[in-house]
Amino acid sequence: MTAYLKLDHISKSFRRGSVENEVLRDINLTINKGEIVSMIGHSGCGKSTLLNLIAGLTPVTSGAVLLEDREVNSPGPERAVVFQNHSLLPWLTVYDNVALAVNKVFGSQKSRAERKAWIEHNLDLVQMTHAKDRRPSEISGGMKQRVGIARALAMEPKILLLDEPFGALDALTRAHLQDSVMQIHATLKNTMIMITHDVDEAVLLSDRIVMMTNGPSATIGDVAEVKLERPRHRLELVSDRDYIAARESVLKFLYERHRFVEAA
Amino acid sequence: MSLAVVKSKSEDATPSPAKILSLRAPKVDRFRSLKRAAQSLANNFIPPLVCAAIILLIWQIAFGRPGATLPSPLVVWKEASDLIIDPFFRNGPQDIGLGWRTLTSLTRVGIGFGIASAVGILVGAIVGQSVWAMRGLDPIFQILRTVPPLAWLPISLAAFRDSSPSAIFVIFITSIWPILINTAVGVRNIPQDFRNVAKVLRLNHFEFFWKIMLPSAAPYIFTGLRIGIGLAWLAIVAAEMLTGGVGIGFFIWDAWNSSRLPDIVVALFYIGAVGFVLDRIVGFIGDLVARGASAT
Repeated sequence: MTAYLKLDHISKSFRRGSVENEVLRDINLTINKGEIVSMIGHSGCGKSTLLNLIAGLTPVTSGAVLLEDREVNSPGPERAVVFQNHSLLPWLTVYDNVALAVNKVFGSQKSRAERKAWIEHNLDLVQMTHAKDRRPSEISGGMKQRVGIARALAMEPKILLLDEPFGALDALTRAHLQDSVMQIHATLKNTMIMITHDVDEAVLLSDRIVMMTNGPSATIGDVAEVKLERPRHRLELVSDRDYIAARESVLKFLYERHRFVEAA
Repeated sequence: MSLAVVKSKSEDATPSPAKILSLRAPKVDRFRSLKRAAQSLANNFIPPLVCAAIILLIWQIAFGRPGATLPSPLVVWKEASDLIIDPFFRNGPQDIGLGWRTLTSLTRVGIGFGIASAVGILVGAIVGQSVWAMRGLDPIFQILRTVPPLAWLPISLAAFRDSSPSAIFVIFITSIWPILINTAVGVRNIPQDFRNVAKVLRLNHFEFFWKIMLPSAAPYIFTGLRIGIGLAWLAIVAAEMLTGGVGIGFFIWDAWNSSRLPDIVVALFYIGAVGFVLDRIVGFIGDLVARGASAT
């Protein structure tokens, strides 16, 4: 497989006055095309910062993010983000929220009719066509996140970045959306990086799980491969030996080797 | 078991009464809603009418005796009823209805307030975007904001050497501050999430202004506009008293000079009513816009 996205010796420090705070140190990771990679770690370990670095929303202090061997250091639609709290614009309808992205990204390439079809196709992909004329305040949290995913997918990103996308949802809705993400991945074979703090979610969805050590100066502690056949079904996996092993290795990493020490 | 029994019972029992209800319901509802509408109308209009009547009565008693310094309501009606009944008469260049005068003043307010809105929102957006500009300009705005409208008049007369643009400038300079400051605050309060969305989409400055900034800051902007229109209307009357012309402010000054006190009373009601309507119009538009922009 080809190296699609490369994180090359990335470090990030935040400076507040004269105090410099190193959040991430020496992150090296290669992600292949079509892969789903999860990043897991205790809160405050800088995993959201890492996602923002990849997205280009915050600049790296040293090192580089390489996408198809080209350095990226500003945000762009080829690295679309699904934000933790959906970030839909409340004054636009579901359709218009997706349309904002599509019209901006494909305004010059696609005709009006093509764009309309593309918006509807993406809403259909997340099963939100029925609510396309509603505003975000009129739909549930899970539906909002579906629209957030549709908006990101509609940009036809090379990499889809998901920042704890289902963290704010209840367990049942979360399971639904995880299934949707797996279906979408099966159809589009797209590359995804997902931040999560849910071990089951990480094992269920990803090909590899990147485990972060605790901050400050967090780095990649270990990478677990999840060798499970796709399509995966959560019920069958419950007793699957590989699933249990992967889950165990992540849990051991998080609770034995890198226990979260309360900030003293 | 017991649950199942309860369920089947309710299933058996529901159909027949439901049918009867569905036939009767609309009639009852329509009558009730009519009654409720009448009730709310009465609730909203009777108290102000009663209070107005009481105030008129007190006014009449206080100034009804001969030799009173101010006109009583009856005197106002007797001497100025032509102004009250027909706002749009024209008997000559200076003898025109209060409606025309109000319209003249409103035109000035419209121009001054319009420019103030455009400039205030644009400058406010720029100031709100830049931390440095906010720090540097905010104290200056806060000081200029408190300068009374009429204090600007001599300077503006000196600059424009004409009364009409001077009056418009006074409107502009009075109403721009709340618009500008509120817009800046609204822009500063745009959630970082929306900014991130704009960055990922690579919206340019123009697109960001129209598609994110304006709708997101709209509730703040309209608060500013509402304060601004109120100040503009306060300022126009004062400015016209000094600059002359055919506006409602000059009418009051003219009436005072020719001792037509009842006319002044009528003009005061006009000013109050127009100010109220202006405030409500801006507030109404603001509510419409804010409904779309209301938080998740």
